[in-house]
Amino acid sequence: MKNFGKRFGVMSSLGVTMGHFFNTYIVDLVKGKKRYRTTEGIEARRQSDTEGIFTIQYPEEQLPLPEEFRVLPFLVYDEGENGEKNLRCTACGICSKVCPPQCIWIYRATDPATGKPSPHPAEFHIDIDICMNCGFCAEYCPFDAIKMDHDFELSGYTRGESHVFGLDTLMKPVSYYESIRPANAAREAAARAEKAKPKA
Amino acid sequence: MTEATLINPLDTLVDQFPSGWVKKDERPGYSGFIVEREHLLEFARTMRDDFGFDYLSMVTASDYLAEGKFDVVYYAYKTIGGPALIFKVQVPREDAVVPSLVALYPGADFQEREVWDLMGIRFEGHPDLRRILMWEGFEGHPLRKDWKEPFYEEDVKPYKSRWPEGKPVNADDRNPFNDNVQYPTGFDPERWVPEAETLLYSGLQRTTHNEEFKTDELIVNMGPQHPSTHGVFRMVVSLQGEKIVDLKPVMGYLHRNHEKIAERNTFLQNMPFTDRLDYTTSMSNNFAYALAVEKLMGLQVPERADYIRVLMAELTRIMNHFFATGFLLNDLGVYFTASLYAIEERELILDIFEEISGSRMMCNYFRFGGVVRDVSDEVLKKIHNLVYDRIPRKLDQFDAYLTNNEILRTRCEGVGVLTADQAIALSTAGPILRASGVPYDVRRADPYSIYDRLEFDVITGNHGDIYDRYLVRVAEIKESIKIVKQLLRDIPSGPILAGKPAYQVRVPAGESYGRVEGPKGEMGFYIVSNGKPNPERYHVRAPTFINLTSLAPMSRGEKVADVVVILGAIDIVLGEVDR
Ligand code: SF4
Ligand code: SF4
Repeated sequence: MKNFGKRFGVMSSLGVTMGHFFNTYIVDLVKGKKRYRTTEGIEARRQSDTEGIFTIQYPEEQLPLPEEFRVLPFLVYDEGENGEKNLRCTACGICSKVCPPQCIWIYRATDPATGKPSPHPAEFHIDIDICMNCGFCAEYCPFDAIKMDHDFELSGYTRGESHVFGLDTLMKPVSYYESIRPANAAREAAARAEKAKPKA
Repeated sequence: MTEATLINPLDTLVDQFPSGWVKKDERPGYSGFIVEREHLLEFARTMRDDFGFDYLSMVTASDYLAEGKFDVVYYAYKTIGGPALIFKVQVPREDAVVPSLVALYPGADFQEREVWDLMGIRFEGHPDLRRILMWEGFEGHPLRKDWKEPFYEEDVKPYKSRWPEGKPVNADDRNPFNDNVQYPTGFDPERWVPEAETLLYSGLQRTTHNEEFKTDELIVNMGPQHPSTHGVFRMVVSLQGEKIVDLKPVMGYLHRNHEKIAERNTFLQNMPFTDRLDYTTSMSNNFAYALAVEKLMGLQVPERADYIRVLMAELTRIMNHFFATGFLLNDLGVYFTASLYAIEERELILDIFEEISGSRMMCNYFRFGGVVRDVSDEVLKKIHNLVYDRIPRKLDQFDAYLTNNEILRTRCEGVGVLTADQAIALSTAGPILRASGVPYDVRRADPYSIYDRLEFDVITGNHGDIYDRYLVRVAEIKESIKIVKQLLRDIPSGPILAGKPAYQVRVPAGESYGRVEGPKGEMGFYIVSNGKPNPERYHVRAPTFINLTSLAPMSRGEKVADVVVILGAIDIVLGEVDR
């Protein structure tokens, strides 16, 4: 067989292409319909022993996103008992300082009574056209207040609409965060509980 | 070469020259030698011919505005391995002229042009000193410290306008035509004719009319918009019939002055920017940058982090070489079949990158002192399956598919030949250099991280043609598999980051150069720190940019159809070439 390849190089090449071609049909026949558009089918097609058709047909099919997948940050809020939204952000400014393309703008709130800065953002803006999805803001926020999202389908119909997101678009509940990053959320909650302990 | 090449003579180097020619660079944190500019040529010739520093890897410059001078920095190596010879020439800012080393080291050609373009240092005796990255009508030299970009806000990040009273400005609304946009004196856009095009065409070698075949001479512009150029890249070719007489590459269409951006950034902020140089090898880029900064900081990386780093770098190499080989076939006209076969494994590797780093291509995975997060056992298992099963199978298939294919061999063998001497002189790196028979691999020549413990061979070719470059790449995948297997066997448990995660790192003043053997060649970062949170100077030794120096010598005398393949075999990524 080896020598065949050496003597008839082009034939051997065509053999590989033919093999690929017929293999796609054989695999499809053997595996049946569930190979496409099902979660298991997609999962099976990205294992290292997969054969046959390899492509995931987006948007009908979607690759599962790993937990660490990151696009665009959002601000996490805790849901209070009466439905109030308690932002975790303290307007400390670390995320805006670490952001490489400098696309985070934070306006720190002032306490109306004293006129002193208070630990809340009055305004929080992220220019998503400039954000490079690096994840630094989420990585270095000391209050677990800003996290990277999983939603990557962000195209719009117009160029003019503002891509500078304000608090209204950026705020998302902690339950959402837990749903997209369960392991991270659990780990951080445990660390916070640990920290709170000695004081109590 | 004399005996001196075998011993390390750098300690006594100063005494070998008449006094006043060379002195040690004794600024704290700096190393190497400072050479008087009148004697630079003499010095470089002696170093090359008598000391064996035959490989001029990097030329750059940094601007010391406060002291009113430029340092032109050279890194030379021996291709037999060993540490660098660093030498510098200091020139006053108002008289920025340095003798060109192109006659001694042809590989300095594009790099000197880059320094001229971005820093405004003139190289006397350079055969073709034109701008290379900026457009020809550009005013000023952007890497000078006193040059400001149109959207200039402050010298360094973080900008004060972002916090605590940050009011967003829509990027569309910002006006680039503010104070610091400069025009040449007497500039009138209506009447302006760029002379650079004329210079470019007149710089091409021409031949006289060929009586025998009655062929005409023709100048052809391939690109900038051309499917074969892997991006926006232009080759100006003078032809005699079908034969290439001369070729000049034109680049910079994707230039964004990465280095200027980086000098505004803090050290950490540069990490995700390095991903965007060569977007197919972001892990290797991260690696080189982390090494350069860690060298300055004196950081020791934990064992496990080192293993993970090398693991990622080798996976990157595997996937890059698959990609390069697949697209080489595209350039040969095999349309997409081969490249689609080749990128299946790449997708599987990208799945792994996505799982550990959060992004398939813009990994941003390395931090100073380690990596950002640990690799789980499931991921290691996936890598295990890939290197023990899938990739070896694919390589066998590739072998049957390509290696003995007569069409491939006819088109690749003996085309685009570079001899070993040429390859060294032209400062090529990576598979190109090794395919010409030079066993130079940074992983062996100047081991970093844990490569000194790993067993692998440096692959070389014999003929220096495109076919050998293909063979070298495939064989390097096999070596990388070997390395990954060793890493999976030995990877220890333990921390993955030295110290606590910190968004501001303290980098002591000094200079450093970190380099890795990236898939495309030596990837290096030259960093100067002045102790502040931002680098004073940041330079990328981009392997594909320097490898392009060899494009013209390789193409002369070949057919015009082959130049596409020759370019494909260099394996360029314009994000890195143009920076
Ligand atoms: S780092 Fe966290 S807490 Fe501080 S301003 Fe940013 S989001 Fe708010
Ligand atoms: S992901 Fe990176 S670029 Fe985007 S806002 Fe966060 S720090 Fe800035």
